[in-house]
Amino acid sequence: MTKVKTQYNRRSFIKVSAAAGGGMLIGFSWLTGCISDPKVEKVEIPNEWFEINGYIKIGDTGLVTIYSPNPEIGQNVKTSMPMIVAEELDVDWKNVVVEQAPLNTGFYQNQFAGGSLSIRLSWNALRMAGATGRRMLLEAAAKEWGIAVSDLNAAQGVIKEKNGDRSLTYGEIASKAVGIEIPEEVELKSINDFKLIGTDVKNVDAKKIVTGEPLFGLDFKREGMQLAMIQHPPAFGMKLKDFNEEEIKRMPGVKDAFIIDTTLEDPTWSDEKGFFQLIAIVGDSTWQLMKAKRAIKANWEVISELENSEMHLTNLEEAFVSGDVEESRKDGDFDTAFKKATKVIERTYSSPFLAHNTMEPMNFFANVTDTTAELIGPTQTPEALEGSVSKLLNMPIENITVNMTRMGGGFGRRLYVHFGVEAAAISKKIGAPVKLVYTREDDMTQGTYRPAYLSKYKAGLDDNNNLVAFSVQGSGLPEGSVFPDRFPAGTVDNYLAEKINAKTNVTTGAWRAPRSHFTAGAEQSFIDEVAELAGKDPIDFRLELFDRAINNPIGEKNDYDPERYAGVLKLVKEKSNWGETNPEIYRGVAAYFCHSSYVAEVVDMVLVNGQPKIKKVWCAVDCGIVINPDAAKNMVQGGVIDGIGHAMYSQLTFNNGSVNETNFDRYQLMRHSQAPEDIEVFFIKNDIAPTGLGEPGLPPAVGALANALYQATGQRFYTQPFANQINAKMPLG
Amino acid sequence: MPTYNLKINGKLQSVEADSDTPLLWVLRDHVDLVGTKFGCGIAQCGACTVHINGNATRSCSLPVSNLQGMEIITIEGLSEHGDHPVQQAWLEHDVPQCGYCQAGQIMSAAALLNNNSNPTDEDIDAAMNGNICRCGTYIRIKQAIKTASKL
Repeated sequence: MTKVKTQYNRRSFIKVSAAAGGGMLIGFSWLTGCISDPKVEKVEIPNEWFEINGYIKIGDTGLVTIYSPNPEIGQNVKTSMPMIVAEELDVDWKNVVVEQAPLNTGFYQNQFAGGSLSIRLSWNALRMAGATGRRMLLEAAAKEWGIAVSDLNAAQGVIKEKNGDRSLTYGEIASKAVGIEIPEEVELKSINDFKLIGTDVKNVDAKKIVTGEPLFGLDFKREGMQLAMIQHPPAFGMKLKDFNEEEIKRMPGVKDAFIIDTTLEDPTWSDEKGFFQLIAIVGDSTWQLMKAKRAIKANWEVISELENSEMHLTNLEEAFVSGDVEESRKDGDFDTAFKKATKVIERTYSSPFLAHNTMEPMNFFANVTDTTAELIGPTQTPEALEGSVSKLLNMPIENITVNMTRMGGGFGRRLYVHFGVEAAAISKKIGAPVKLVYTREDDMTQGTYRPAYLSKYKAGLDDNNNLVAFSVQGSGLPEGSVFPDRFPAGTVDNYLAEKINAKTNVTTGAWRAPRSHFTAGAEQSFIDEVAELAGKDPIDFRLELFDRAINNPIGEKNDYDPERYAGVLKLVKEKSNWGETNPEIYRGVAAYFCHSSYVAEVVDMVLVNGQPKIKKVWCAVDCGIVINPDAAKNMVQGGVIDGIGHAMYSQLTFNNGSVNETNFDRYQLMRHSQAPEDIEVFFIKNDIAPTGLGEPGLPPAVGALANALYQATGQRFYTQPFANQINAKMPLG
Repeated sequence: MPTYNLKINGKLQSVEADSDTPLLWVLRDHVDLVGTKFGCGIAQCGACTVHINGNATRSCSLPVSNLQGMEIITIEGLSEHGDHPVQQAWLEHDVPQCGYCQAGQIMSAAALLNNNSNPTDEDIDAAMNGNICRCGTYIRIKQAIKTASKL
């Protein structure tokens, strides 16, 4: 066991207890059973609950509620975070129910879903919360029996006397634990003693999901609640002047129509949004609002250039000459080494803008009064939303509450808070509770996209086919996709990296594995070509480079651990039987490091009637300790499909400032028939504290896909979406 | 506004709505069955899939005026205790990530198995291609459909 100082005190626990106890304002049934199998016998619903600390509530029957602090976007933290608490508390998972905690910045830390950080940042806090609860229950039992805590054992929700027959359950002693002083030091379990962490635990919301119970923001209802929709300008570079307000107000089912302005004087990154002056329509039937929206006749004024996709490509190229270099790195002398090299290669890679396209469109509930604001809905950043609503309404943060619903996808889209802010503005205007709902078109055409990128790679080999010069320069609208200190930095004597920014009036934001998703595809395709030029096996070539970084690294600021990087490559090589040739299978490999985790993937492709089809993807992952292996595999499988699907099929193009792909009839996402037949995931076993997993599975899939396509078709792929470049007709849905 | 008598999940319900109101919004706004999801509004994503006389149908593009006398089944009515073979298989394979598209996926899968109790991979692709899963749970969905076919 490890002794650690708790960071809690009585005051912080009381604060959260009050909020958690009285703050569960969501109108959904709060009890989420962790075991969805009705045949598993559970303890009965308690008559009385006792707040042990802000994470744990124990009922008199022994049922335990664990609060999950972070937003759930499908990354499964609503299951895995409580698992960590339950491990240290030492309770039987079948007696645990999970509740979504409200935003409480006074107690919980890092209540957001972004950067694959939920588990990584809360690992210690969650373990301490469980261990603190366990210790308090032990102290209460010791006091009850007049013996020392050291005379007791606790396991699976039962406390036993070491040298005696007495035992009691957590439920029986919970009422006495409430008054126990929070310990200043607690003991954490040894990692080898974990019983729950590392086992496959089913999604706590699964039963509700498969039976269609209300869970998501869009499902939320409140008595007296109105519905609202918004209309934004049809093009980037346009602004709303006025609209046929009176006509819209007279339409059936419309209660009000007006203009809102959600411009904040002091915006933060999460306030990013294409349009701040919007038409709002209020009523009580979604369909009637949709019809009223179609009847809007508005005047728009042009305030900046109306851009198109050809111009975007020109601007990305132009940025290499006149753009702003935001970050760079130089080791040795790239230019001289490149000139002296025996063999050289130069390639350019590009990718269009992309939309997030969460399946649940943006929505939010707001109930704003003169003195309070209540917000309920899908947000990855509840604290940022609270801050922005506070600015909009000029209302102190203490008067604002935010509750999080389960989210129908995030992918970075719901890091941006504008839809919650707009709901607050509408609620304030009408003086009633309201739920704002976006249509698919509203969401796909309003901005906050994955940026468009263009990167140029150059490499030089010496007489012995050693890599002696490497450069990457990448421009992006608005931010280049280059990480100067990532691989292959540290492996090449003469290295140059430049991240170049370019201007656009299209608004952009973080999109699952920001920049990594593009860079991994470009860099890992390029490395594949360099390995081919060197006449080396692509895995051996990479391993040689990592050997260099392990034994004699160039520079001191390399972001990655080359041994862990090489580790996933070796594992995927072994599991996929790399090197075994099957004339009908075309293979590509890639490895990437991001969000503090390492993933290597091999894509196996076949040709069906001359068309490429992915048979299998092999994944090797090093993300430290894995909390919930089967769910972690699900996440990596999803990342692979996300990476392959978007690189293959998706694009967002512009004409006169307007988006051409406005819904799923034109914006293509991967469908069932296009998915790999199988994705197998292997984890490196180690004792390293958990690192990111929501994002790292995605980026290498793009490179492995491009490299497998090359083997299958003899053609290299430089421009996304790849399906546009394939001569043979792809098996489209 | 006209009134429509609909048979939803075996129950007769009287609904007052514009004649062009899609079934999706009748379900969600009028009769409080929110398990059927709004995804695209143009029958391209499958999140709104329900059964009409046993066939998987996109409720977002189906006007209420066409539905009198038809047997409408939503995810809430697929089974009494949430234990339809497809639902059981979904739990066994722990299919969902975000979960939003899954009601539509399950309704498409259940209709497929009604018509074809032992579908091949190609049958599954053909029946399920109208249902997008943005999280990428396609492999588990296929596995779950195969498991359900044996239950």
